[in-house]
Amino acid sequence: MFETLSYITLQQYWWIIISLLGAILVFLMFVQGGQTLIYTLGKSEDERTLLVNLLGRKWEFTFTTLVTFGGAFFASFPLFYSTSFGGAYWVWLLILIAFVVQAVSYEYRKKPNNLFGKKTFEILLFINGLLGTVLIGTAVATFFTGSEFLIDKMNITKLTGGKMPIISEWTGPANGLEAALNFQNISLGIAVFFLSRVLALLYFMNRIKNTEIMERVKKQLIYNAIPFVVFFLIFTIWLILSPGFAVNPISKVVFIEPYKYLHNLLSMPIVSILFLFGILMVLVGIIRPITCFTKCGTKGIWLTGIGTILTVFSLLLIAGFNNTAYYPSTFDLQSSLTIENSSSSQYTLTVMSYVSLLVPFVIAYIWYAWRSIDNKKIDIEEINNETHIY
Amino acid sequence: MEHVDFSLVDWSRAQFALTAMYHWLFVPLTLGLSIIIALMESLYVKTGNPEWKRITKFWMTLFGINFAIGVATGIILEFEFGTNWSNYSWFVGDIFGAPLAIEGIMAFFLESTFIAVMFFGWNKVSKKFHLLSTWLVAIGANLSALWILVANAWMQFPTGMKFNLDTARNEMVNFWDVIGSPVALNKFSHTVLSGYLLAAIFVIGISAWFLLKNREQLFAKKSIIVASIFGLVSSLLVIFTGDGSARNMAKYQPMKFAAMENLYIGQQNAPLAAIGFLQKNKTETDPKKQDFLFKIEIPNMLSYMAFLDPNAYVPGIHDLVKGNEEHNILSYKERSERGEVVINSLADYKNAKKAGNDSLIQLSLSKFRKNYPHFGYGFYANRDVNELIPNVPVTFYSFRIMVGLGFHFILLFIVILILTLKNKVEKKRIVLYTALWTIPLAYIASELGWVVAEVGRQPWVIQDVLPTIAAVSQIKSSSVQLTFWIFFIIFTGLLIAEIKIMTTQIKKGPAN
Repeated sequence: MFETLSYITLQQYWWIIISLLGAILVFLMFVQGGQTLIYTLGKSEDERTLLVNLLGRKWEFTFTTLVTFGGAFFASFPLFYSTSFGGAYWVWLLILIAFVVQAVSYEYRKKPNNLFGKKTFEILLFINGLLGTVLIGTAVATFFTGSEFLIDKMNITKLTGGKMPIISEWTGPANGLEAALNFQNISLGIAVFFLSRVLALLYFMNRIKNTEIMERVKKQLIYNAIPFVVFFLIFTIWLILSPGFAVNPISKVVFIEPYKYLHNLLSMPIVSILFLFGILMVLVGIIRPITCFTKCGTKGIWLTGIGTILTVFSLLLIAGFNNTAYYPSTFDLQSSLTIENSSSSQYTLTVMSYVSLLVPFVIAYIWYAWRSIDNKKIDIEEINNETHIY
Repeated sequence: MEHVDFSLVDWSRAQFALTAMYHWLFVPLTLGLSIIIALMESLYVKTGNPEWKRITKFWMTLFGINFAIGVATGIILEFEFGTNWSNYSWFVGDIFGAPLAIEGIMAFFLESTFIAVMFFGWNKVSKKFHLLSTWLVAIGANLSALWILVANAWMQFPTGMKFNLDTARNEMVNFWDVIGSPVALNKFSHTVLSGYLLAAIFVIGISAWFLLKNREQLFAKKSIIVASIFGLVSSLLVIFTGDGSARNMAKYQPMKFAAMENLYIGQQNAPLAAIGFLQKNKTETDPKKQDFLFKIEIPNMLSYMAFLDPNAYVPGIHDLVKGNEEHNILSYKERSERGEVVINSLADYKNAKKAGNDSLIQLSLSKFRKNYPHFGYGFYANRDVNELIPNVPVTFYSFRIMVGLGFHFILLFIVILILTLKNKVEKKRIVLYTALWTIPLAYIASELGWVVAEVGRQPWVIQDVLPTIAAVSQIKSSSVQLTFWIFFIIFTGLLIAEIKIMTTQIKKGPAN
């Protein structure tokens, strides 16, 4: 069935999948947000253990989604993988290191004789929560603000001279770290950080039976929702007003177009609806628990979570669809990556499209398995009776 | 001016080797122990004997400790293809990316979803659903190995692809050729089975420690029986698939094979040096018959091992570098010249396309296609072709130590199984000590297997297509050097923590 699709349709299909994976990843980063709240919400050892264990049962999904997001991006848009990872080296390496230290921290935190002590592993979880969210948000913002790199595929034929036969070269001064000095980039990074904390708070409301923790959750929800909204608005308003990186559909020449992202929203009404609806869901999911805490607090994670997915999904569609360069080069406009010039071959995209049919099946079994072990709220006593705790 | 930044290439290689070798410290145990646990839990569900549940839970705790650090080291590997091998990512990403993505979708989610049920579901789901989850974790872990090994095998024997001159990269033309290649199937089975073997030795060694301490006798003996049967079956299959690996190597990577055998001058009826000590400072320009200080040979064995024919001709390093007309082997110099023609014709093709010169397009296209098998050698057109010889002593000794240890493992499985079945094992302290000290040997053998596979194929990232010097990312070598040391410190710290946690849990013993 995928064989009959045109090349551009397959490329768009894969951009949709990548956008969806990215969106789900941002939602699942509630685990990271929660890791930065362990000491804010947990005042006793038991409380902290409860919080860590609730996050600990979900961390692998975020981690696996990140890995799958990377693999799927590699398979469908290898030139992005090659250019961004090899160029913005330090940003990606810092993100990776933040995830390396997370992977062991849950399992090792409470184990006796763990060399570094419980506190160290809690600090590592905090680092993962802070760096992971801020840097991923910052990196995604460069999809709109651009980076400095140069691609020349003919470099592969350079056998002599001072240059190595490498096709892409980062010209930014700090191999990606320069992205963090750009206010637009960092505002998205900060927005993602506070969003992840908000999502974590809503997740705790959904899962925890403990009045003291819930009091703190309620307070924190307001403290974190405000900066999230402020920084998200800064980024969104800037996005709507700023010029963007457009591609001429015939000549494929990349050029700067004023209000490009606003144009994208206007010319893709479905995406606009998803975007606005997503933002609305995020806000309703946050506001309802603040106004009627005890009665309607548990559903917030779903409203804000699905709202997050819709918002990030539509943002990434705005970045890549409607003749837009999704990974622009401000150093050399014509080196910018578009979904057409950076994708895998038609054959590979077709093969991968068949593989993508597994995704609904995967979601179904994840749902089933979650339901089977997470069917009711948890309190401290229950965690202490567990045979396997983090 | 030097064209290649060797410091960058070497540090990039070192970083990849470091991550891969650390990752491989943990993966084999995950692969094998997941199955051993599933077998033990199956016995629990079948017999209803709570002792089996206790045994299962003990090994499961150790599995969890090991699994976490395996995950931590694994994520780096995936992304390093981009961060440190960016040219590679573009040049073959069209083929190589697919198995990585499939690994995520098909295997990692299976593993990570059901591992939660396995650890937290004991009192929440039915016995059967729990058992199913444990098996799904094992299947997920092994499926992930399948896809990453398909990807690795493809680098050793690239197939199912065609170079597209317009996009300047290799593109997949047949997915089934990629996943069904003889190298892929063999590499998957050999590697995964070696993981089973290591896990079996791990379980046996720790059980032996309990017996030596006069603790948990029933637990230890039951564990030994499951693990030694599992290990024995696996090790016989490891020999079988190892044999297949050697044949694949002789056929598709003759230089790696010659290096592994320290064979400088090719010959018919080639003998196998079962044990040998190499002469120092050998280079291919100085090929004397006497390559060994000392050796014990098995006549005709190498020819038989490589081609199932005792009379077959096995080319040596000298033949491959200098060429051998009689056996139709082109010299590396000739290949690098042809490779240069291919690479230049790619540039000509692009220029002709720009100029709209149809006849030049056709001409460069035909030159390109004719010589493509030599593409990667073109990067050595102005270099010393001796750079194309891998490190001989490292591959030679690694292979022999690995094989030698393999035989020791088989013997151990047989002896300990018989003694345990006869109920005498707790009295044979020598055997128990040997079992305990075989644990580190299993790790050594396992790592050496990768050394043979990866050092032996240098300098090729993709055999004959892309050498390391044309595959790296263009970053400062000091950056890579710094990240190398960061990873070194983090991984080493975590490894020490892991070993301490693991030994503490072992000493605690199974819960009552």
